[in-house]
Amino acid sequence: MSLRGKAAIVGAALAGCGEAHGKSAMEITVEAVHGALADAGVSLGDVDAIATCQPLDMLSGLTLAQELGLNPKFTMNNRMGGSSFLSHTLWAAMLLELRLADTVLICYGSNQRTASGKLMTALGLPTYEAPYKPMFPLSSYALAADRHMTQFGTTREQLADVAVSARAWAQKNPEAFIRDPLTREDVIASRLVSDPLRVRDCCLVTDGGGAIVMRRAETAKDHPRPPVYLLGGGEGTTHRDISEMPDLTVTGAAQSGALAMGMAGVKPADIDVVQLYDAFTINVILFLEDLGFCKKGEGGAFVENGGIAPGGHLPVNTNGGGLSCVHPGMYGIFTLVEAVRQLRGDAGDRQIAGAELALAHGNGGVLSSQVTNILGTESTL
Amino acid sequence: MAAITLDSEMTDMKNSPGPDAVFAAKLAEGVFEIQKCGACGAHVFHPRVICPTCGSADLEWVAPTGRGTIYARTVVRRKPERGGDYNVVLVDLEEGVRMMSRVDGMAHDEIAAGLKVSASVGEGADGGPAVIFQPEGGVS
Repeated sequence: MSLRGKAAIVGAALAGCGEAHGKSAMEITVEAVHGALADAGVSLGDVDAIATCQPLDMLSGLTLAQELGLNPKFTMNNRMGGSSFLSHTLWAAMLLELRLADTVLICYGSNQRTASGKLMTALGLPTYEAPYKPMFPLSSYALAADRHMTQFGTTREQLADVAVSARAWAQKNPEAFIRDPLTREDVIASRLVSDPLRVRDCCLVTDGGGAIVMRRAETAKDHPRPPVYLLGGGEGTTHRDISEMPDLTVTGAAQSGALAMGMAGVKPADIDVVQLYDAFTINVILFLEDLGFCKKGEGGAFVENGGIAPGGHLPVNTNGGGLSCVHPGMYGIFTLVEAVRQLRGDAGDRQIAGAELALAHGNGGVLSSQVTNILGTESTL
Repeated sequence: MAAITLDSEMTDMKNSPGPDAVFAAKLAEGVFEIQKCGACGAHVFHPRVICPTCGSADLEWVAPTGRGTIYARTVVRRKPERGGDYNVVLVDLEEGVRMMSRVDGMAHDEIAAGLKVSASVGEGADGGPAVIFQPEGGVS
């Protein structure tokens, strides 16, 4: 038995992206839920399973049920970080296929920009890292970038080109938070924070929320918009703390991608559009390698000189990503919403013509949790 | 991996402090020790209840050589009035385990992957005892 094509996303929406003054994280979440339900043509009372992960509310699944006035059959509140939502889709497909639930809601929201202006997290430094005061989470990614540069000769310019590509996509997306021109030189001249990462290697700090609605494939076409089918998914968890990561140049995406593509029966060359969790520029290089879009160590060359920018050889993070579109602390749900938009043909100036297969990939912790989803149009079933 | 059997080690575990507390107590006395698995021979850091290689609870404390190699490093950039820059490194010990630390006695920009270092017990950012490294062969 395979989950391939058994469940579909029938509704998707964003809310409060950028700055959402005067709103709580849960209010932004519920605005996204309202939008996704309307998009799906589903009434609130039809929702019988919910999933969320909110960093400051340990019991956020319960809070969500309360806010929505629901008594769900399943409340999923896994805490894998920003990848959680791409794991939720897999659990949703299992619940739907086993007929333990009929309509699954997956959602997230954060007000971190207007509430604090920086990453809001309940996490403290790990016991065996705290004496050395690394910046959380930035120094962990900086160590991974340093190792990649040492081991493979990845350059400062190549890291910069990831941010430049994200900005070029953002300039095509009216919803992106920052759309000013950005050059390689701008990135390299930006403030050094934790070597080798500079300010422009880092994701934005914004508000924002997103939600999707999933149903069984057999009823997916009863909804107003074209269904987006979950063709495959997989996970990998290699560590929690960066000092425990077995190899800083190889992430759990090597496992999650292989599992997801294996279930979907596709290979990297088949994918039309890619959405990767770009908390930092190094993420994109690591994930492109680990997911098989290029060989290990060649990610730098792959992204160089507009390789993943509009007009490049692979469209990556077409909304502008966490680097230039939106990053409210956990970005995973946004990879799914942008993949849905691309597969529906709703992506406006940034639309990839004829996109049928999308890869969405979430990262949690400090390169710790990796979750990959393969999504497709009806033509891919 | 062999099936796990509960042995006398497990009985001992019930009545003694956990490995985190043991490590901290040793460190407070200026002693840096890591664990070694009696079943498979793997060294273990951070301190654990069971060996992550084979699952055995037969872990004993041993003194590492203290010698290691920098695997990766970053420098956290701070304004002088906020304490100035400091380095954060990952060190691979000769025993095959990795740990986060800091290198003293060398300019931050000169610290790089491949540098040979040796351990001592010094002071962490929180004022408590911490394992710190120096370039092997002394301060440059």
